[in-house]
Amino acid sequence: MKKLSKLYTALIIFFMYMPIIVLVIFSFNDGKTTVWKGFTLKWYADLFRDSQIMSALWNTLLVAVLASAIATVIGTMAAIGINNFSGKKRLLLQNMSNISILSPDVVTGVSLMLMFTIAGVAFHFQMGFWTVLLAHITFCTPFVVLSVLPRIRHMDYSLYEAALDLGCNQWQAFRKVVVHELMPGIFTGFLMSFTYSLDDFVITYFTRGASFQTLSIQIYTMTHQRISPKINALSALMFVVIIVLMVIINVKDRKAEKRMGE
Amino acid sequence: MRLRRPSIPYIIWMVVFTLVPIVLILFYALTDRSGSFSVEAFTKAVGYSDVFLRSIWIAFISTLICLVIAYPMGYIMSRQKRSVQNFLTMIIMIPMWMNFLLRIYAWVTLLQNRGPIDTMLSIFGIHTQLIGNQGAVILGMVYEYLPFMILPLYTVMSKIDTRLIEAAGDLGANKFGVMRKVVFPLSIPGIISGITMVFVPTASTFLVAQYLGGTNDIMIGDVIDKIFWSDHNTGSAIALILMVAILIFLVILNFFGDEEAIAA
Amino acid sequence: MKQAKNDIIVSLRDIFVEFDGEVILNHINLDIRDKEFVTILGPSGCGKTTTLRIIGGFLEPGSGDVYFDGEKINGLPPHKRNVNTVFQKYSLFPHLNVFENIAFGMRIKKLPKDEIKKRVKEMLAIVDLKGYEKRSVAKLSGGQQQRVAIARALVCDPKVLLLDEPLGALDLKLRKTMQWELKQIQQKTNTTFIYVTHDQEEALTMSDTVVVMNNGIIEQIGSPTDVYNEPVNAFVADFIGEANIINAVMIDDCRVRVLGEELECVDKGFGQNTPVDIVIRPEDIEVVPPEQAKLVGEVKDVVFKGVHYEMTVMCKNCEWIIHSTECSPVGSKIGMKIIPFNIQIMNKMFPHPYNQFVCEVVYADEENNSVTVTLEDSKFDIEGFCYPAGTKLKVTLPPQALSIAGDGVGDIDDVYIESVIFKGEHNEIILESDEQKWIMHSDVDEQVATYVPLKFDFSKAHIEPVEEES
Repeated sequence: MKKLSKLYTALIIFFMYMPIIVLVIFSFNDGKTTVWKGFTLKWYADLFRDSQIMSALWNTLLVAVLASAIATVIGTMAAIGINNFSGKKRLLLQNMSNISILSPDVVTGVSLMLMFTIAGVAFHFQMGFWTVLLAHITFCTPFVVLSVLPRIRHMDYSLYEAALDLGCNQWQAFRKVVVHELMPGIFTGFLMSFTYSLDDFVITYFTRGASFQTLSIQIYTMTHQRISPKINALSALMFVVIIVLMVIINVKDRKAEKRMGE
Repeated sequence: MRLRRPSIPYIIWMVVFTLVPIVLILFYALTDRSGSFSVEAFTKAVGYSDVFLRSIWIAFISTLICLVIAYPMGYIMSRQKRSVQNFLTMIIMIPMWMNFLLRIYAWVTLLQNRGPIDTMLSIFGIHTQLIGNQGAVILGMVYEYLPFMILPLYTVMSKIDTRLIEAAGDLGANKFGVMRKVVFPLSIPGIISGITMVFVPTASTFLVAQYLGGTNDIMIGDVIDKIFWSDHNTGSAIALILMVAILIFLVILNFFGDEEAIAA
Repeated sequence: MKQAKNDIIVSLRDIFVEFDGEVILNHINLDIRDKEFVTILGPSGCGKTTTLRIIGGFLEPGSGDVYFDGEKINGLPPHKRNVNTVFQKYSLFPHLNVFENIAFGMRIKKLPKDEIKKRVKEMLAIVDLKGYEKRSVAKLSGGQQQRVAIARALVCDPKVLLLDEPLGALDLKLRKTMQWELKQIQQKTNTTFIYVTHDQEEALTMSDTVVVMNNGIIEQIGSPTDVYNEPVNAFVADFIGEANIINAVMIDDCRVRVLGEELECVDKGFGQNTPVDIVIRPEDIEVVPPEQAKLVGEVKDVVFKGVHYEMTVMCKNCEWIIHSTECSPVGSKIGMKIIPFNIQIMNKMFPHPYNQFVCEVVYADEENNSVTVTLEDSKFDIEGFCYPAGTKLKVTLPPQALSIAGDGVGDIDDVYIESVIFKGEHNEIILESDEQKWIMHSDVDEQVATYVPLKFDFSKAHIEPVEEES
């Protein structure tokens, strides 16, 4: 790498990490302001004692796992079906799918809220866990479709025919051969769904009703009070978890790549 | 053999959870509180045109800054060894995975009065208000969405064959010429998807302006948030206008993209 | 008779297939005998792979019936047919190793583990891949992947094995070895092989029966020697091996006039003074001193081919290819002696030596003395005379009056090139439009199985109005 490129890259990385690092540093600050008052771990202790945060964390994970799993199933099936449509119909379905990715979160959020409110009056239910889950599946599925479709298009169709030829019915051929071929796309779709669901604030905010809490909502409530070093501790923990996850995924990928390369 | 049935659940899902809500928005936007047809909501929405213009302006400036910063980064990344490329991609992606609110909150901490930056500047005798202005909002936006610009640019540019660049150099193009005649035309799809991925959320986001901006910096997303809870009709009208505006923007952008692709 | 019937394993009856209005298989009938090595041979786009897919159950014919072992199997899905396929690109499952790929079909049938193990082992021995069980298929060479694909299909014990150009991806040397091995495997396993290829040499080397296809129909079925020595028409003669195909006239039984000379032959029953095509293989022409032969030519070019010399000889404006172990120098005059048995007489592929069609005048331009006519949804102008609109015109065009429009704008567009055959003086090209076939002469080699715009030169045409019968 040339010097200039190195400097530029370093600057970008500095810009992207500096705020996070500062948060992490202040998470150990024994004081409520940004003036350094000495090292402490009390904010971390507070964080784990905060039952609200812990239940919000549990809710977030539950929604993310369920939403991404359901979205992966629906989305994979949809991608297969869409691929078998031809011409204008396929284009229409793909565009429908893409529009829901591109439409602003705020609009998705308020429109779903509107529908859930009306449906709630009609069928006597309140917004909460279930509406959040439905909303999350709604915005996750298009990502699965988006990542599985190209895999299907590039799949060697004769592999499927070979499975049929060797005695599989359609479902067996799908389960034993096609799924393996689509796996990288399905996995990417799942991962994208999972992270978007974890990270989502806007859509959850509009569809959660009065009492359902997720981590994002909890952070929102806390940050509204502006000064709360517990948030710093939470940020630091999340940062560490993310780094660990990313390293694991990357190492796995690298190994898989090596295997393929041999 | 050509199975279409598996897509049925998704089609139903899209109709119920995407199409119906949008139709509802449309319905509310065109009615008043009593449920009869009215353009009152739109008239009220037009009253927020200054906020609309501001949102588009902020989104435009943020997207432009992101593009200017990200373009060299994407190019630098794309010319590295495979392993370095993977490493840098990971580095760029990690902050994206941090919670959106925490990332803005980090800037609130940094920029607040008597915060780290303020303290440092005051050592040199500089005293300014760092937070609560449009500059801070744009900074926050750029910070939030920079990776969404870098990654598509990098992805597209990494597919440009190094030999192509060498060939252009061999044919007598200087560095600037290589950039203009080879790299730029081939990176247009990346630019377009980068602009899409940055402009759409910046134009419609809420909270960033509430956290980092002053009272005069609120954006259209914040307005929808404020109004919707009490006035579904006006809220729907604003949301509808926002959605249509963004769709038109995307269509135009993609039209340009196609033209360029044909010309190339 | 009954015995012969029982012998037939696969039978196609009146199969018709069409995609997007394009006829792929035009009412073909085919019987395949049990335990034979049958090759379906033809240029790309002739419908051979489609035929295979119909037998495999991957494609349902538009009309017609498929019989397997005497039973009608229309609509039966592939996994219920006792037929297995070796695909063009092998289509091995990349997530499974060699053993699991071969065991795949048996695992689906839930056979006991011991039996699976035993049969995979046997199969690996047959395809000469002992000890490769644990290998990943991605790490095998092309030839090895090929053999795994064959083993995977054969281990299911099919009555018929379908092979879709399985050697296409291999290099020449490996292809030769595999040809021999395939034949060995077929004999060892005693299975019917239906093999699709466009390589005539492959077809001749391996098969018991060769089926020659072109443009959706079967041209000829026969043993390799039959189709080589007694091709039914110029297409088969041209496609299989090298050949001199010459226009001739059958004067009477056993007498044919070639380039103005009367020669003796052995074929009968073509009638008197009938235009025919004759085929003479290059190795069947004996080079003799000029005074000893009726046909005399001048050597234009000699190429040494290892076993023999290939000579290009001009005889009365007609180019001949001769294979001979003795070399005659360029420029020398030679006699070409052909014994009657080596002259193969074939019916003309195109019934007339000219094109004829009837079109209707839609617009008469008296000022410029021309008319606009319509034919098969196309419109074009004919200059030089004028008839009122509505008149039907009968147009006769010699082959020389047709050409392929170089600028892409023809009088009729999208005409399919069915065959291109070198006739010594020029290429004879047969084309097919929506409703009729055309014959054309050209000095250029055109690409078979492509669509081209066709242009007419009406100055060479004979045009007369059709008398309306009232």
